[in-house]
Amino acid sequence: MFAFTVRRIIQAIIVMLIISFIGFALKQNVGDPVRELTGISVSAAERDAIREKLGLNDPFLIQYGRFLKGAVLEGNIGQSFFYKKPAMEVILDKAPATIELVMCCTVLIVVLSIPMGIYSAIYPRRLLSRLIMGLSTIGVSVPIFLIAILLIYIFAIELNWLPSYGRGETVNVWGWESGLLTLDGLRHLILPTTALTALMLPLFVRLIRSEMMEVLQTEYVKFAWAKGLPRMRIWFVHAFKNTLLPVITVGGVQIGTMIAFTILTETVFQWGGLGFLFLEAVERADTSLLVAYLIFVGIIFVVVNTAVDIIYGLVNPMVRITGRK
Amino acid sequence: MRLWKQFRGSYFLYSFLHDPVAMGSFVILALLTLAAFGAPVIAPHDPYDTTTINIMDSEIPPMWMDNGDQNFTLGTDAQGRDMLSTMLYGMRISLIIGVGATFMQAVIGIVLGLIAGYKGGKVDNFLMRMADVQLSFSTLMVAIFLSAIFQAIFGVAAFESMAVPFLVLVIGIAEWPQYARTVRASVLAEKKKEYVEAARVMGLPANRIMWRHILPNTMSPILVLSTVQVAHAIMSEAALSFLGLGMPITKPSLGSLINSGFDYIFSGSWWITMFPGLLLVLLILVINLLGDWVQDVLNPKLYKG
Repeated sequence: MFAFTVRRIIQAIIVMLIISFIGFALKQNVGDPVRELTGISVSAAERDAIREKLGLNDPFLIQYGRFLKGAVLEGNIGQSFFYKKPAMEVILDKAPATIELVMCCTVLIVVLSIPMGIYSAIYPRRLLSRLIMGLSTIGVSVPIFLIAILLIYIFAIELNWLPSYGRGETVNVWGWESGLLTLDGLRHLILPTTALTALMLPLFVRLIRSEMMEVLQTEYVKFAWAKGLPRMRIWFVHAFKNTLLPVITVGGVQIGTMIAFTILTETVFQWGGLGFLFLEAVERADTSLLVAYLIFVGIIFVVVNTAVDIIYGLVNPMVRITGRK
Repeated sequence: MRLWKQFRGSYFLYSFLHDPVAMGSFVILALLTLAAFGAPVIAPHDPYDTTTINIMDSEIPPMWMDNGDQNFTLGTDAQGRDMLSTMLYGMRISLIIGVGATFMQAVIGIVLGLIAGYKGGKVDNFLMRMADVQLSFSTLMVAIFLSAIFQAIFGVAAFESMAVPFLVLVIGIAEWPQYARTVRASVLAEKKKEYVEAARVMGLPANRIMWRHILPNTMSPILVLSTVQVAHAIMSEAALSFLGLGMPITKPSLGSLINSGFDYIFSGSWWITMFPGLLLVLLILVINLLGDWVQDVLNPKLYKG
């Protein structure tokens, strides 16, 4: 187990190095930092002096090393051209909005997908199960921005029940801008959360259903039936536990998808989070911020995926052994 | 002639004719494709011809509503373009990119998957690690980053004028691991079989064994994957265009049409967004349903791993 963990962590570090390398190469080739700093009215000689002072004439790899050192030791991943602030600061400013959105969706998905998935696996022929499966087929075919637009059209424009954009009123709790604690903030949260959940839910319901159905066919479940154990115990204690294993892995991978979809959701709802920030950075050609976002999201992915793999290795010894081959 | 006869007697055709969902989806898809590629003939207006567009015609509702115009069946968008014609042209772009990107993925994925599966060892390890890492980022995320990077490098104007090939490339690079994994898994299974061994004993070169002997036997999983991937690529393209990282509004795909209509939904012009949206959902739904059917019929052994 120790060797497995170490190997996964080394792999994660290599991936992070590759991502930071791509990000840095991009920053080097797009845009001129000296021009960003000085404007047009500075003479060529002065520019060269600044260039030399900033170390921009050093070989690429030395500059990369310096960038890496700054990133690891001080969390400095560049300066946003537009905000004139460290990119990390800008990102951390906007992160709470996205984290709250993703958290609410995760809670909803867990609460809804498990009963729905189990129910449609236990009673595959009942009307409700068919309804769940039918809806999830359609759900997979509808792009999220359409769900979001439909929600806005129905609930914000036609019925005028809920606000259609922004985060509403927020409260500052120890530096964390939270919209969860005010009524207005919660009202603003409903539509984006619904849109994002509606997209991710079908995937998990289908996964839990197919895994559960597979587990229900296994020998040990049949043996549990033969022993005459109560139904609830077989379903929830015996079968469901083993259903969860693959759900954990897929769940880890799906966090990436979820972050990609927050970009779409936040655009539609003008939600002032990371996704919105990213698109603004693209429109303003703020390469520095773009690269910072790339690295930040990369860290999240790598950390989550590594953690999921290690947890999975802890609960399922088969992974450790096959991973050794 | 013999091929036709073989096709007529095949299980493939039989099961198709006995599956109303598959037939219905196929008919709808065929009609949509025909309408999309016949757009220059069928469409009542030409949305690319700026001389026929009158800005005074903008935001006219569909013809069955008040203030509707007989000239514009489904109304007009904010620039005064006929919605129906613009949607047909837009669907053509969506389909071209969808199929093109899938082809691109297939080429990259099949080549790398074959090499990884056949050579094994370090090459295999490296390629599959790469695929794993890329997949863990989710394909849409990779596509969004790639187009943002392309836009930053080449500038918005150059990106927009070359949008179709760029999008094909972006979505192709973003989704190759799907193919590589499938192909590699079936290559690993085929490699152990006797015919491959026989070919090797005869002293055939590795390239010939890979391309002429193993590849044809991995075709059914590739076909199944391809139908799903076309729907996926169309969806990705729509998402990119919706974000403004795809087709420009002067040459809109369905995604960019939805995006352009979104700005006007608050003033009540719902048709600019809803009609392209419905068309997009219909298109993706029928391809997905066909994909489900192909999977049931060909029933390839989808090797895990």
